[in-house]
Amino acid sequence: MEHIEKLIETFSLFDDWEEKYQYLIELGEKLPPLDEKYKTDEFKVSGCQSQVWLVPIFNGENFSFLADSDAIMVKGIIAVLMAIYANKSVKEIKKIEVENFFAKLGLGEHLSPSRRNGMMSMVDKIRYYADKA
Amino acid sequence: MYDVYKIRQDFPIFAKKINNKPIVYLDSAASSQKPHCVINKIVDIYQDSYANVHRGMYDLSENITYEYENARKIVANFINANSKEIVFTRNATESINLVASSWAEHYLKQDDEIVITQAEHHANLVPWQIVCEKKGCKLKVVKIGDDGSYIKEEFVKTLSEKTKLVAVTAMSNVLGTIFPIKEMTDLAHKTGAKVLIDACQFAVHEKIDVADIKCDFLVFSGHKTYGPTGIGILYAKTELLQQMYPYQTGGDMVDKVTYQKTTFAEPPARFEAGTPAIVQAIGLGEALKYMQNLGLDSIKNHETDLIKYMFEKTEQIKNFKHIGTSVNKGGVFSFQVGNIHPQDLAYVLNKEGISIRIGHHCAEPLVNRMGYNSVARASFGLYTSKEDIDSFVTAVNKAVKFF
Repeated sequence: MEHIEKLIETFSLFDDWEEKYQYLIELGEKLPPLDEKYKTDEFKVSGCQSQVWLVPIFNGENFSFLADSDAIMVKGIIAVLMAIYANKSVKEIKKIEVENFFAKLGLGEHLSPSRRNGMMSMVDKIRYYADKA
Repeated sequence: MYDVYKIRQDFPIFAKKINNKPIVYLDSAASSQKPHCVINKIVDIYQDSYANVHRGMYDLSENITYEYENARKIVANFINANSKEIVFTRNATESINLVASSWAEHYLKQDDEIVITQAEHHANLVPWQIVCEKKGCKLKVVKIGDDGSYIKEEFVKTLSEKTKLVAVTAMSNVLGTIFPIKEMTDLAHKTGAKVLIDACQFAVHEKIDVADIKCDFLVFSGHKTYGPTGIGILYAKTELLQQMYPYQTGGDMVDKVTYQKTTFAEPPARFEAGTPAIVQAIGLGEALKYMQNLGLDSIKNHETDLIKYMFEKTEQIKNFKHIGTSVNKGGVFSFQVGNIHPQDLAYVLNKEGISIRIGHHCAEPLVNRMGYNSVARASFGLYTSKEDIDSFVTAVNKAVKFF
């Protein structure tokens, strides 16, 4: 899994959106596919523009998740969200200001959760599962 | 001579840029851009001549009442109806809900049937499902062809003496398919059913003549016909409006009120409770006049040229698949490119300044019926140029290389 600070550093080297998007696609391609048995309504994230599934994992201390999408750039975003949210305590998750990370990545304008194009549904789901954990 | 480049100058938004690129707006089927005359009219009213309508005994109110009622006349003229048959609503969705609530729920009985097609927008599907649930009616869905075309036999075989309402779109917002609404109305009337036409897409595509179509209800929205948001149209035949129950109650829709009982105003006032969307209605009047000045036939010819050009140019894109290829088709193009997810495609197109829409386009069963969960859609307006299509094709080709 990627480390968020490292991702921010990598993204800062890109000159234009094309390089950023290419890299997101690479991240998406590297994301391990979700086992088909999890691609059910139970794990489906509603409100996204593509199909997204998110499976929570809680080890009693830290929260993480598996996720997948049929859109490759969304898979890239999932990889970014994993870098931000995975292996964090519930307390830490509550404190995370996800928009700040997207702004630092330079993805604020079109891909950030604040754009209300479905990204926020994933973040809401992560927060919801973390809350339940 | 239809000069699209000159026409584009009527729309201030096209002077702007997105991502440092000219705006290529291919989402007019969702909502259209607004010409100067509409924007200026709205500003002028708020600045110079605003007041509430009806019963104000002063010049400002009388003048704006005249403008508001004149807008109703413009709408009536636009579809060849009588202005008493025009109800201002919030949008086409509200127009359909009004018919469902004020007419269907009162006059439909158990086992009656409502007929729609597979091509309906949710707005012309969900309200009828609710009526069916409440009244014990049955919703029958007319199949369309795999290319999205209307199949007369399918329509005819769905109709029966039980059919009380046929609610159909005149033009699909996903496939662009044009339905022969006059023929369908005639067939439906022969079984004794009433007919509601969803003309949201059709209203910008072709001249509407309700006297010729003979439909009982027709709806469209202002924001798709180059007018403001927050204003929709319900046309209904006078005798039906007379029979219909109030939708909402309150001010402006009453005849006489006592603490014991209220009698209601004659239509269309009966269905316009509260202060209406005054400025929006007047803005819509301007928009319809703008279209009429350009000429509905000229607009249609321009669209026909664009459709031909779109089909030609998209042939140059590898694995470009049109969804909806009926011969009778307006300027709405759903498509799939290879295995590229529509959302991925839209991200790249957006960066190139191209505005398209993806998803189920509020017609989920239809998109599923065509074999997809989500499709990309490009749609035209009267200001769309061949250069817009060129930019679209270039950007899609770029996306193809990307993924």
